[in-house]
Amino acid sequence: MKKLNLLLTLIMLTVIACQSDSKDEKTVSQVITEESSVSDQELSDLSIYHLPSEWTTHHNEQIKLEDLKGKALVMVMIYTSCKSACPRLVADMKDIKSRLPEDKLDQLQLVLVSIDPEVDTPERLKEFAIENEMNEAPWLFLRSSESNTREFAAVLAVKYKRISPIDFSHSNIISVFNHKGELVHQKDGLGVNNQETIDAIIELI
Amino acid sequence: MTSVKFIVSFSFVLSLFSCFQLRAQEQNEQMAFIEGGSFTPLYGAKNQSVDVDDFYMDIYPVTNADFLEFVVENPKWRASQVPAIFAESKYLSHWRSDLEIGEEIMNTQAVTMISWFAAKNYCEARGKRLPTVDEWEYVAMADQIVKDAREKKSYNQLILSWYEEPQSFKKPIGSTFKNYWGIYDLHGLVWEWTADFNSILITGESRKDVDKDIKQFCGSAAVTATDLMNYAAFMRYAFRGSLEANYTIRNQGFRCVKDVSLEPKK
Repeated sequence: MKKLNLLLTLIMLTVIACQSDSKDEKTVSQVITEESSVSDQELSDLSIYHLPSEWTTHHNEQIKLEDLKGKALVMVMIYTSCKSACPRLVADMKDIKSRLPEDKLDQLQLVLVSIDPEVDTPERLKEFAIENEMNEAPWLFLRSSESNTREFAAVLAVKYKRISPIDFSHSNIISVFNHKGELVHQKDGLGVNNQETIDAIIELI
Repeated sequence: MTSVKFIVSFSFVLSLFSCFQLRAQEQNEQMAFIEGGSFTPLYGAKNQSVDVDDFYMDIYPVTNADFLEFVVENPKWRASQVPAIFAESKYLSHWRSDLEIGEEIMNTQAVTMISWFAAKNYCEARGKRLPTVDEWEYVAMADQIVKDAREKKSYNQLILSWYEEPQSFKKPIGSTFKNYWGIYDLHGLVWEWTADFNSILITGESRKDVDKDIKQFCGSAAVTATDLMNYAAFMRYAFRGSLEANYTIRNQGFRCVKDVSLEPKK
């Protein structure tokens, strides 16, 4: 009879153990969601600053996209080992910068986001920035995790795919965002006149 | 007395077992193990084969009931709260309200009208992630019997007949076949979001800009090609290529996967 009692207690215990486990999990997830729902209330509906992802700059600093708030942004996605389209994109970005009023450049960030975070370490980005004379503000290079990069590309409607160990196929889109993080202009394609993009930026600064 | 002992110890073992089973279920939440391997996707990079690691995949697409639980827990993903950058205005508009699915829609139907962002966040909230295109296609090439049924005529006819069937999204989950891996409804119910859907470069814009994908677009030659298998896959890839991440579509749902290395739970 003692044995029977012992067994019954054991059964009860296992059942209780099963139950309490799942309860705890729920409370934790509830707490987390309540916290996260408060933060982004004043953001505009279409702002990229809704993205919570963290990024590393070519100066090896950790930032969130929201840290760029208040400036106009010109963004493009590239990878530094690229031999075909990216040099053209970088050249386009430099052309855009050279045709903007010098004294307004502090209201602007020219951002190059890596689609190849594996190869494009902060050190690699730094080297690339120096080589191309893009080390100083308003230039900014960013990298993040594969998943954050995918998400960012989704927002920009940029498509990319690794097509060999060192090469990507990708769309060539330069995007302009206003100080609230809303997309105001996109230039799609290489060798397209940069004038419209420049006009869009000048309106913002 | 021996029979009592027997019954008690038997029920003890049984309860222990069911507890373990419950845990295993909680941990895998109705997921099936997919053994990795390599295969040549129909629209991959230069017809190279790709490697897929071991992973777990949800047996069924995420249902309206599952998704309701998620929006109850996560107010920012309710229809009235979600910012337009993450979901267009049609998001969950087939539900009666933010927290009510409504009678016309079954709880056991796959949830649709959800954006890529919403699907991604749902999976992450469950400690999972969206499958990659390669992972999804790898599992989806199985029929009931073999891992790769892509060259079977009957298999392709089944898929293509679904593409022609109207409103298949109204069927409850589990109403199509169970495949080799134990996964249901990859074909025949809803289209599904993938993590890197935006790796498909067959839209007008990218065709113009990126010379590499001319090859990819030549997949359209599949219409005249000999096999149906290219045609079925081309439909999927073309559909993915036409999507944007905040689109919400009546016949587009999703399911999640989980890496094996994350087991057991940290």
